[in-house]
Amino acid sequence: RAPSSPGHVPPCPANFVVLVEMGFHHASQNAGITGPAQNQMQVLSGYGLHHQNYIASSGHYSQGPGKMTSLPLDTQCGDYYSALYTVPTQNVTVNTVNQQPGAQQMYSRGPPASHIVGSTLGSFQGAASSASHLHTSASQPYSSFVNHYNSPAMYSANSSVASQGFPSTCGHYAVSTVSNAAYPSVSYPSLPAGDTYGQMFTSQSAPTIRPVKDNSFSGQNTAISHPLPLPHPPSQQHQQQQSLSGYNTLTWSAPGLPSTQDNLIRNHTGSLAVANNNPTITDSLSCPVMQNVQPPKSSPVVSTVLSGSSSTRTPPTANHPVEPVTSVTQPSELLQQKGMQYGEYVNNQASSAPTPLSSTSDDEEEEEEDEEAGVDSSSTTSSASPMPNSYDALEGGSYPDMLSSSASSPAPDPAPEPDPASAPAPVSAAAPVIPQPSKMAKPFGYGYPTLQPGYQNTTAPLTSGVQPSNPVYSGFQQYPQYPGVNQLSSSLGGLSLQSSPQPESLRPVNLTQERNILPMTPVWAPVPNLNADLKKLNCSPDSFRCTLTNIPQTQALLNKAKLPLGLLLHPFRDLTQLPVITSNTIVRCRSCRTYINPFVSFIDQRRWKCNLCYRVNDVPEEFMYNPLTRSYGEPHKRPEVQNSTVEFIASSDYMLRPPQPAVYLFVLDVSHNAVEAGYLTILCQSLLENLDKLPGDSRTRIGFMTFDSTIHFYNLQEGLSQPQMLIVSDIDDVFLPTPDSLLVNLYESKELIKDLLNALPNMFTNTRETHSALGPALQAAFKLMSPTGGRVSVFQTQLPSLGAGLLQSREDPNQRSSTKVVQHLGPATDFYKKLALDCSGQQTAVDLFLLSSQYSDLASLACMSKYSAGCIYYYPSFHYTHNPSQAEKLQKDLKRYLTRKIGFEAVMRIRCTKGLSMHTFHGNFFVRSTDLLSLANINPDAGFAVQLSIEESLTDTSLVCFQTALLYTSSKGERRIRVHTLCLPVVSSLADVYAGVDVQAAICLLANMAVDRSISSSLSDARDALVNAVVDSLSAYGSTLSNLQHSALMAPSSLKLFPLYVLALLKQKAFRTGTSTRLDDRVYAMCQIKSQPLVHLMRMIHPNLYRIDRLTDEGAIHVNDRVVPQPPLQKLSAEKLTREGAFLMDCGSVFYIWVGKGCDNNFIEDVLGYPNFASVPQKMTHLPELDTLSSERARSFITWLRDSRPLSPILHIVKDESPAKAEFFQHLIEDRTEAAFSYYEFLLHVQQQICK
Amino acid sequence: MAFTFAAFCYMLALLLTAALIFFAIWHIIAFDELKTDYKNPIDQCNTLNPTVEKVKKIKRVKIALKLVLPEYLIHAFFCVMFLCAAEWLTLGLNMPLLAYHIWRYMSRPVMSGPGLYDPTTIMNADILAYCQKEGWCKLAFYLLAFFYYLYGMIYLVSS
Repeated sequence: RAPSSPGHVPPCPANFVVLVEMGFHHASQNAGITGPAQNQMQVLSGYGLHHQNYIASSGHYSQGPGKMTSLPLDTQCGDYYSALYTVPTQNVTVNTVNQQPGAQQMYSRGPPASHIVGSTLGSFQGAASSASHLHTSASQPYSSFVNHYNSPAMYSANSSVASQGFPSTCGHYAVSTVSNAAYPSVSYPSLPAGDTYGQMFTSQSAPTIRPVKDNSFSGQNTAISHPLPLPHPPSQQHQQQQSLSGYNTLTWSAPGLPSTQDNLIRNHTGSLAVANNNPTITDSLSCPVMQNVQPPKSSPVVSTVLSGSSSTRTPPTANHPVEPVTSVTQPSELLQQKGMQYGEYVNNQASSAPTPLSSTSDDEEEEEEDEEAGVDSSSTTSSASPMPNSYDALEGGSYPDMLSSSASSPAPDPAPEPDPASAPAPVSAAAPVIPQPSKMAKPFGYGYPTLQPGYQNTTAPLTSGVQPSNPVYSGFQQYPQYPGVNQLSSSLGGLSLQSSPQPESLRPVNLTQERNILPMTPVWAPVPNLNADLKKLNCSPDSFRCTLTNIPQTQALLNKAKLPLGLLLHPFRDLTQLPVITSNTIVRCRSCRTYINPFVSFIDQRRWKCNLCYRVNDVPEEFMYNPLTRSYGEPHKRPEVQNSTVEFIASSDYMLRPPQPAVYLFVLDVSHNAVEAGYLTILCQSLLENLDKLPGDSRTRIGFMTFDSTIHFYNLQEGLSQPQMLIVSDIDDVFLPTPDSLLVNLYESKELIKDLLNALPNMFTNTRETHSALGPALQAAFKLMSPTGGRVSVFQTQLPSLGAGLLQSREDPNQRSSTKVVQHLGPATDFYKKLALDCSGQQTAVDLFLLSSQYSDLASLACMSKYSAGCIYYYPSFHYTHNPSQAEKLQKDLKRYLTRKIGFEAVMRIRCTKGLSMHTFHGNFFVRSTDLLSLANINPDAGFAVQLSIEESLTDTSLVCFQTALLYTSSKGERRIRVHTLCLPVVSSLADVYAGVDVQAAICLLANMAVDRSISSSLSDARDALVNAVVDSLSAYGSTLSNLQHSALMAPSSLKLFPLYVLALLKQKAFRTGTSTRLDDRVYAMCQIKSQPLVHLMRMIHPNLYRIDRLTDEGAIHVNDRVVPQPPLQKLSAEKLTREGAFLMDCGSVFYIWVGKGCDNNFIEDVLGYPNFASVPQKMTHLPELDTLSSERARSFITWLRDSRPLSPILHIVKDESPAKAEFFQHLIEDRTEAAFSYYEFLLHVQQQICK
Repeated sequence: MAFTFAAFCYMLALLLTAALIFFAIWHIIAFDELKTDYKNPIDQCNTLNPTVEKVKKIKRVKIALKLVLPEYLIHAFFCVMFLCAAEWLTLGLNMPLLAYHIWRYMSRPVMSGPGLYDPTTIMNADILAYCQKEGWCKLAFYLLAFFYYLYGMIYLVSS
């Protein structure tokens, strides 16, 4: 077989496993993972054809905790996984763990930890279906990986910030920033090893815990009335506090404080707020969790934290949870009040509402996802369930009830995993904690909801005497029932912000004097300045980001700030934790159709006020019942209201037709050029390997077409002895020879498909046909797909030269490095666009794989994917033997492509608060209405951007919300709606607008706008616009400063990277001039800018550079048994390169390792496996697996980076003297090139422009 | 007094302008529908899955947008008529619009068929706003022109 390329053999088994996981099919999972898993999986399938079964299963589970339910658990995990998960190897392992308790032992993190996590989340989320809980549990361990949504981690970060309140003081501010940094750290791979950072992390981890606390609290209504009966284990508290103190007191100040360590929180809750035993539950859970977590996490950072904390530790905290006297009194009062009110509520409800209702709602929640399944059936199942607590049990899975119920501690997982640094803190906490849980452990008492506010109040005083006021606010907010409370609180927060001294993000930075502008650690998204509760609930910045986290009040203010306002979306991201909600009625605003979300306000028990259009809506009866707590009359505790990212199982109201099956059609170029390039071998091999992992259910259909100057169809109808090839040579009027048997059921015709795939690479070896009739082939594909819709994957290797849609070469090689005009960035014909629109109308997406060695007019061809919501892959100068790195890349991309999650017949609607409106959309889709995007397919790697404008003044509101709803058909044939909601504060002063800039989001939005501009106008216009963006925003900022600073080039700290990133953009392939750039490369870069999610786009724009010849374990993180070193980021300048070193550059889809001439021979020998520099080959794409410490470190670091992204990047090892080093050096964007400024020159240029 | 060729031109222009006014109104409505689509609560209930009614509406919008070319041709036609009739003032008044039409059609997006509007970019807020403004301006122009032609015709016929 051709694929002799190294890529063929997965470098590490882990990757392989991961891939397997991704696959949707049970079979595939089985094969990849473990034998037992398979069995379980099969059972599942028996359960129901559809994925929805999971949900159903979950329901069962919940009902009968007593049952041994390895099966359901597995299924859920598996499905979920496959569906949600993208990549990281570690994830895989985790999954397996969940599925099989036996297997768990293998992993350092022990299964219990994961379980616990899941359970806690579930409880926290409230009603989220049990399935979702399970998911969460599985996923959380992974949180450390970039892609995943670590909601808990996120929360934690938010909470900590929130607690601080908006920065009342500089110190606070700093804290907040810190938290931000930390939070990203969770999700992202590369964490700095710095001690301070580590502390930060720990703080974050604590906040994550918070949800747990809430749960416990909710349980205890009565608690309020009770004084603090429970004795705390002082030691635990001490430790926690210590850690806190080591930290910044500020960060902890809010309720988040305790959270740093779960233990802390629990203690607090138990002692302070709760008379009830409920808190105990959490403790019990926490115990197991803690243990699990701890072992892996011992890291230097941790130790430091502990020591610091211990010294600082203050006795008072330990003794009295509530330190400030005043604060103590206050909270207690508040609590009592709340409790009273609550009680009333409950009573009312009880009287008014008949109990039966509750039961029904419950059923719905738990009911099977199958749409066919009637409510009745679901109800029956529910009735069958004996135990009320089943939910918890579900989460716990096969574990004993105790554990599951205790699930309260999700926090531990996220904390340790996400941040290696953070890990230490938990460890310290954990040890003391353990004893507690055992005592405490009790059955899960979901009891009554929410004393949260009270609890928060109590906690807050404890941690920080600094801001007493803040805690109070938070307390208020928590009660959704009070109308306008949220807004009030937010406005208060806003006030505090304004009054506070300059926050860190506003600190003026003199750009020309700041030599090391790039921080040593990755840049994280700023956290919106909201109060603690809203922060905690807010959507993860990985899915949803806004360029301005403080929304200006008016368009005039926005214009004054000269910054782009827009959203960056990654809506279908692989999530590790996602509440899935099944209910008869999806609660939406009657006027604007907004889905109910955490930011609505409940006016009373029966009515809620839409946060987008402010209409008052009724709360449906069904919504009154909270399936999680099995209690009635607390709509604000429902998972929809507790999570800003949820997924609904949609009813038939959301279907225009029955959900389509997964349909895949492959359209393959088999002209001479294509055969010469040899991609067929790789494709067929990948398909054969992943055939069982193609997402889909039993209805999955697949088909193949090939074309050169004629079009060949393949009849794969079941019953044939071998595949039948049908040739249609009439390309002017294409027809389908046998419409029924070209798309066949994957399972019924599997043998034939395999035969075909085996035969295909050799069928055309002697072809002399050089023409390519791509247009007609696409027309045929459209005809074939139009009855069902689905996905068409087109492989093309040259310019289409026959029939409709033929293209001429438009590139003039002499113009490649022109500095003047770059032409032909737009399509030459609208054939492909029209075809794409037709396809989009028939719910068909066209994905283009362009593997060509010469110009292929990607600008025209890309239209077929752009407007049909497909994706584009480009492999310049692809050849399976001459260019093994591209071949390997194709192979890996295909693996991801074939097995990743997919949604069909999707639409995405973006709503925003009245007064804001969508201006322009960026991405691959068809805009069907002002806020509606039509997406024939949606894949987890697709990102979108939206420009916003402020149409009406927002003076009468203090918060704005954005909501995206993605309605799609899953590969299992169920209709689902994924809803993300983001909430941001409104500000009225220019300084606040600058304080909230998310520079990465702004750059990504600008890049998208620049692509539009260069296509509609010209490249030089786009470049000018980019430079002007910097000039305008900095001069606008400069005018707000005092005169003293006018002469220098000043930027707020939040914008200090703006000029650097814009310079990086100007030197990006898409926008650079003066450097030889092939037109297709340029166009592809533009396509990527338009369709990549923010994280990947940022790496593409501004690569990360690390020095790797001196990796140490300092600050290293632990991932799955491996120690991953965390070298600091280097700035992208040759001045950082030393001949004695070796550097790794992470460009997103490519890694370069640059080896200096004078590099230490030890490194070359230990890591590269060659005796000296001279013997290192020119083309090297793999690090050998050597049994040395430095090799292990380097490899684990690279593997870790790889795991953080969906498409596995290829690695180039570049010797200092090799010609390939130009590739490497072109990414050093701070340096001067013949055609472009260095960073410093660019700054001077900007300064000059400003002074004009 | 006499029913001259010029008077005939004015009469024809009057009728055709009436048609153009109709087109312009249709144009405005079409874009308004596009823009305010989401504000219609009834539609919105079904927004996530387009209903038959919605499809019908889309068709209507499409038809409206297809009237661009006829509009341009009609306008060009009576410009030529005025040229033949040597009505220089009237022609002069129409020249800017004619020039605008020519420019507009020259700078249309890449398209194989006739037409001006690209469905993939039409929803862009800038373009939408521009088209709406264009519609209103044209409506105003055609209305003024209508009365001017009426006056011109009566003047010619009665003089």
